[in-house]
Amino acid sequence: MRSNRHQQFLIPLLAVLLGMIAGSIVMLVSGYNPVAGFSSLIYGAFGDAYYIGETIRQTTPYILTGLAVAFAFRTGLFNIGVEGQLIVGWLAAVWVGVSFDLPKIIHLPLAILAAAAAGALWGLIPGVLKAYVKVHEVIITIMMNYIALHVTNAIIRSVLSDEGFKSEPIKQSASLQSEFLEAMTYHSTMHYGILIAIAAAFVMWFLLERTTKGFELRAVGFNQHASQYAGMNVRANIILAMVISGAFAGVAGAMEGLGTFGNISTKAGFTGLGFDGIAVALIGGNNAFGILLSALLFGALKVGALEMPSGAGVPTELVDIIIALIIFFVASSYMIRWLLSRGQKGAE
Amino acid sequence: MVKKRFGWALSVLFAAGTLLSACGGQGGDNAGGKKEDTFSVAMVTDVGGVDDRSFNQSAWEGLQKFGKDNGLEKGRGGYDYLQSTSDADYPTNLNKLVRNDFDLIYGIGYLMGDAMKEVAEQNPKKHFAIVDTVVDAPNVASITFKEHEGSFLVGVVAGLMTKTNKVGFVGGMEIPLIEKFESGFRAGVKAVNPKATVEVQYAGAFDQADKGKAIASSMYASGIDIIYHAAGGTGNGVFSEAKDLKKKDPNREIWVIGVDKDQAPEGEVKIGDKTYNVTLTSMVKRVDVAVYDVAKRAQAGDFPGGQAIEYGLPENGVGIAPTQDNIPDDVLKAVDEWKEKIANGEVKVPTNRKEYEQFAATLK
Repeated sequence: MRSNRHQQFLIPLLAVLLGMIAGSIVMLVSGYNPVAGFSSLIYGAFGDAYYIGETIRQTTPYILTGLAVAFAFRTGLFNIGVEGQLIVGWLAAVWVGVSFDLPKIIHLPLAILAAAAAGALWGLIPGVLKAYVKVHEVIITIMMNYIALHVTNAIIRSVLSDEGFKSEPIKQSASLQSEFLEAMTYHSTMHYGILIAIAAAFVMWFLLERTTKGFELRAVGFNQHASQYAGMNVRANIILAMVISGAFAGVAGAMEGLGTFGNISTKAGFTGLGFDGIAVALIGGNNAFGILLSALLFGALKVGALEMPSGAGVPTELVDIIIALIIFFVASSYMIRWLLSRGQKGAE
Repeated sequence: MVKKRFGWALSVLFAAGTLLSACGGQGGDNAGGKKEDTFSVAMVTDVGGVDDRSFNQSAWEGLQKFGKDNGLEKGRGGYDYLQSTSDADYPTNLNKLVRNDFDLIYGIGYLMGDAMKEVAEQNPKKHFAIVDTVVDAPNVASITFKEHEGSFLVGVVAGLMTKTNKVGFVGGMEIPLIEKFESGFRAGVKAVNPKATVEVQYAGAFDQADKGKAIASSMYASGIDIIYHAAGGTGNGVFSEAKDLKKKDPNREIWVIGVDKDQAPEGEVKIGDKTYNVTLTSMVKRVDVAVYDVAKRAQAGDFPGGQAIEYGLPENGVGIAPTQDNIPDDVLKAVDEWKEKIANGEVKVPTNRKEYEQFAATLK
């Protein structure tokens, strides 16, 4: 029992270490100093208050997209549409943030709720199609991503601006930005969204593990036929799962719209936050607490990586390879678990 | 036994952790401490990166030249660049350069305007410069180009060289910046060849070569023989359509006018053992010259903060590309004459469609 608890911490740490060793080999072969490389990576992520602020800012949407993917996974669905749900959530949040003049106590929650509703709607469509006509959710959600991207771009151009490429900035009353946090972190873009993200992780844990509905959702994920036999409404549960998953993704979009950017601009391509969310969810073991940690890992790698070119002279392309290697090893922690268990058997 | 093994593994990990955090501390010293007397300069690229064969690359070439001319080294305290992987990186990258104590920091591209304004206001003692848009802050120098003037000159070339009296313009996105290219080009054509018509089409994107190819295909089919593109990557489709048509019929006279840099290499086409080039010429926009220039002024203590500097023909900021093999001498002479007229203010080139209408009215 004790060793199991150890393992839970040991395995991810070992995985990161292995990834760093592999990254070091890549750097050595290409003629760069791995110690300088990784020290600037760590410095760029946690070096001082500014970098910590940036890391937290980057972690915030990762937590929410990770939760969105994980929620669907736990209920037996593969939601690739987090990216699109995030984009429509971003749009809805900014739209509400720009169009209304309300006291903050109403305006901010309204904008976040609008984002959640938009994301939920974008999850509802594949949910209904899956439940009633058995169309595979992967295909629909991928297509919904493109619809979200281009519809959003069109709305930004025609409604939210006068043929421009970005919307007006949101009203201060809808903003998550905080002068206090910015001052504390030397003008980083950190905002209050992190509190919402952590709260969302708690909501997901509570919903899935502590409520009857959550039990039903998980049961449908494990075995649809058995659930049906037990008297559960499988269709309703599939739809509900996609709606909740989409709502998490929509809130992730609100973090970008109300916190990081304060507006929305037309996008030539996807943000990547939704797709990275798949990896965040898997590395976090589809578990709310695990996702907090894996989102932090992703956020730190993403922000820290920006420091490697200037801190250690490692070119951007190589940095991408090194980051990918670390994620690769973390994702394949099963391999490490297997090696450890063999080691144990040998010892016994 | 099992416990022992885990204890050992854990202590190794802790040791590794301590070692790494020590490294982290070291990195911190490097980052904060070094401050040299030499003038240092750095830039943040857009998502294109410094090898995009266009805008960002040109800016980096200017910075590299400045670094070499002043004996600087790449890196902190010398000259450097940071690449953005998404628009979320703009403020982070700008801030990073601020914290690395560069004396002058460039933002490349009009999309960086908001981030630049914010960072500049937070760091009022730092010097910044932005390319292609105007940021209103006392410590930011804004660099823009008179693309309409350069476009006018290639318009003169097109107007004099078209045999069908039909020329085309392919734009990227329909934004004021590209409208400057369009209006200048149309004015140039009209000024030398009132009979010629200019067909204008926008692809809606800067990175969709297939759309560029489709537009070029219908334009060439309708009898247009010269197309000027201001469409970035979309323009590559215009080149590929022109080259395809040239391969089918090497005697057909169709041309493309390139943009931003000398695009002669893009237009080369080999048929048998003969090499043709469909690039008539290019309208070059010397981002490198402007970047170099502003860096030099800042170094000399004459930083143009709060100013909007426009680079036009007299400053060599825009102009016609050095590759002019396909243009006859009399046309080049006409180009020089018009260049003179623009430079001494005799001709005012329109920057938008409204001004173009007024300009066209004065010609009659």
